[in-house]
Amino acid sequence: MEKKVSITEEKVKIKQETRQILKRFGRKRENLIPILQKVQDRLGYLPREAMLEIAEFLGIPDIDVYSVVTFYNQFRLTPPGRHSIRVCLGTACHMKGGYITLDAWRRRLDIGPGETTTDREFDLDTVACVGCCTMAPVAVVDDKPEGKVEPTKVDGMLLAFEREREKKESQ
Amino acid sequence: MRVAELSAIVSAFQEIKNRAEVQWRELWDGNKPVIMVGTATCGRAAGALEVLQTLRDEVKKRNLDCPVIEVGCMGHCYTEPIVIISKPGYSPICYGHVNPVIAERLIKDFILGDDPCLEFVLGALEKNDLVPSLADFPRAKYEKKIILKNCGQIDPTEIDHYIAAGGYSALVKALQMPPEKIIDEVKRSGLRGRGGAGFPTGQKWEICRNASGKPKYVICNGDEGDPGAFMDRAIFESDPHSVIEGMLLAGYAIGARYGYIYVRAEYPLAVKRVQFALQQARRLNLLGRHILGSDFSFDIKLFQGSGAFVCGEETALISSLEGEPGMPHHRPPYPAVKGLYGKPTLINNVKTLAYIRHIINSGAEWFASIGTEGSKGTAVFALAGKIVNTGLVEVPMGTTLCQVIFNVGSGIPEGKRFKAVQIGGPSGGCLPESALDLPIDFDSLKDVGAMMGSGGMVVLDEDDCMVEIARYFLEFTQRESCGKCTPCRLGTKQMLEMLNDIVLGQGRIEYIDILNELAEDVKAGSLCGLGRTAPNPILTTLRYFSDEYETHIKEGRCPALMCRELIAYYILPDKCERSCDACVGTCTVEAITPNKKRIKVIDQEKCVKCGTCLEACPLQYNAVVRLSPPSEVPQGKE
Repeated sequence: MEKKVSITEEKVKIKQETRQILKRFGRKRENLIPILQKVQDRLGYLPREAMLEIAEFLGIPDIDVYSVVTFYNQFRLTPPGRHSIRVCLGTACHMKGGYITLDAWRRRLDIGPGETTTDREFDLDTVACVGCCTMAPVAVVDDKPEGKVEPTKVDGMLLAFEREREKKESQ
Repeated sequence: MRVAELSAIVSAFQEIKNRAEVQWRELWDGNKPVIMVGTATCGRAAGALEVLQTLRDEVKKRNLDCPVIEVGCMGHCYTEPIVIISKPGYSPICYGHVNPVIAERLIKDFILGDDPCLEFVLGALEKNDLVPSLADFPRAKYEKKIILKNCGQIDPTEIDHYIAAGGYSALVKALQMPPEKIIDEVKRSGLRGRGGAGFPTGQKWEICRNASGKPKYVICNGDEGDPGAFMDRAIFESDPHSVIEGMLLAGYAIGARYGYIYVRAEYPLAVKRVQFALQQARRLNLLGRHILGSDFSFDIKLFQGSGAFVCGEETALISSLEGEPGMPHHRPPYPAVKGLYGKPTLINNVKTLAYIRHIINSGAEWFASIGTEGSKGTAVFALAGKIVNTGLVEVPMGTTLCQVIFNVGSGIPEGKRFKAVQIGGPSGGCLPESALDLPIDFDSLKDVGAMMGSGGMVVLDEDDCMVEIARYFLEFTQRESCGKCTPCRLGTKQMLEMLNDIVLGQGRIEYIDILNELAEDVKAGSLCGLGRTAPNPILTTLRYFSDEYETHIKEGRCPALMCRELIAYYILPDKCERSCDACVGTCTVEAITPNKKRIKVIDQEKCVKCGTCLEACPLQYNAVVRLSPPSEVPQGKE
């Protein structure tokens, strides 16, 4: 198990990490999106503290940062899980039952798109199209595209994760 | 430029080329076998990385002199992962559906032995007496590869491979020409922008060259947001330098100093490969200050999009580059006159830029000889959906839909019937069987209510509901609408709500007229391409498949048995086999139980209609059926 961190400690850590990333950028508005991408890469999401830090750095209103973050699908406001599941809902995936697969994930994980399980083990989201239309229906699991993900494969993949976790815990 | 400078450029490039050719010949010395693995994203989704690892492990374990290299996507995505083995004495052979076990056998039997494992062969790359070649495939007759030629044949992470295959020679040729001459060449070629709208490329270049303001910019639009399209991804991942060379040529022609490649964030591998390619080009001074010693300086930065469909629109893309939410602006002024930071900016699609080097190398006349009167050159399509040969195809403009779907794509799988083809993603339309003989080009598609779009082609069969597909696209455009124009923001929402009602079986017959009317209003009242084309999927399905709308509304029935609220799964008692439990085990919600006679029964309350039982039921019984409307399920006597 990871060490428990208090909220204030976590906030301080977020600020520190954000500042470290900001060091690599110039104070230009055009850097806003690349900065947000780098911060999300590091933290997994864009917490309020990070956004405030970025707004101050670029000298722009806080709301401008928030408006960009909420405009683009890539950015998330909630912490990710240890495993990320993104179900492709492109045309080909939809026609081959991507929405049925999404249902299967929802049912098993008991969360909706854009949410994280309470144990922060999984987060679920949809993606417009990852361009693997020939392997439809596709799900991107931990950044790896998986082809032909049908409801039974969802169960299989979750079982594999569970095994892995048990193995780690017993070690 | 002075003559002395010109010869210096030529000799500087000759040196680079010589080095590249030495590298290339070392790899292909004719004495050792070479293995190529297609590791574009489509290959990776099918397990290409595991295959690559197995091959490398085996080669290392057995201490073989046999390079294993990564290549891009050949377009035969239906048979990924693909491995190509070139062994001296044999024509290069392409294997499909390779897994680690087959990979091991290929090493043992073919590389070490003499058995080319014919059972796994897809085809040979060249004509020979042993294996049928890919050129003998029926599709080869219709295909013409120009910008996909290098894809899957060279290592995208090796600039030397690209140069040895003739790369960057167009740049050297161009640097010896006045920029006006290049624009003239592009104009005469008749090339039209491949982003969808089909604006004449040469004309755009000329406007941008003549516009005042410095510095000028070149932007490569790689924000391939259309769900169902993946041509740009494949080109970035398989042949990134062809796009970079195209940008250099454009930059030289219009007098630009900087370039941006805008890639979707959903394409992490494309981002990586382009980034790497830019570094390599910079190292050889093919990019940067005083390229090859000339007085032309040009540098390219990669910019990752953040997942907004509207950013494929050029003015929205510029807003996004400037760090703003990607909202479109009114045109004119066009970006070619006033674009990024208010400076003249040329925005071209990935494919458009990839064609340029071929036009410079082979001439405008050659390019203009391919295609139709109004649309020159080739068209690249991403085939997906209910089609046998999913993947990428490049055919001359003017090829008919029928040839692409049935001759190149080998038709519909499982003997199902063709129903429609969706072209151009959310901006395009669904075309019925009667449009199959239509020669595809920019103008012919507009006439029937569709649009070239970026080239995604999703084939639909009898199991696909046309109301549902229209609803799907509208849900997409409604979500992606940036919200600037009222008709687009609210109109798409209204239309979506009506379609939602229809697929739930709660539609009203007057919806059909209202949808038609509203669709025209949204088209007329929106600023950018998203809103102006968003109603196309509805308009085309209403035009060609209005009977399906009516069946949903009047009978509460989905004729394609797709809309989940309007169907029920049912196990036919007289077909169900007592000794078989296939469906019971696979049901993901435990809704199937055997009754006293061991006939399986679905609990309709529990059933989530995922269709797993239908897949699981063995073909010889075929006992699971879909019924529409759900009230068709016999009640009582269990």
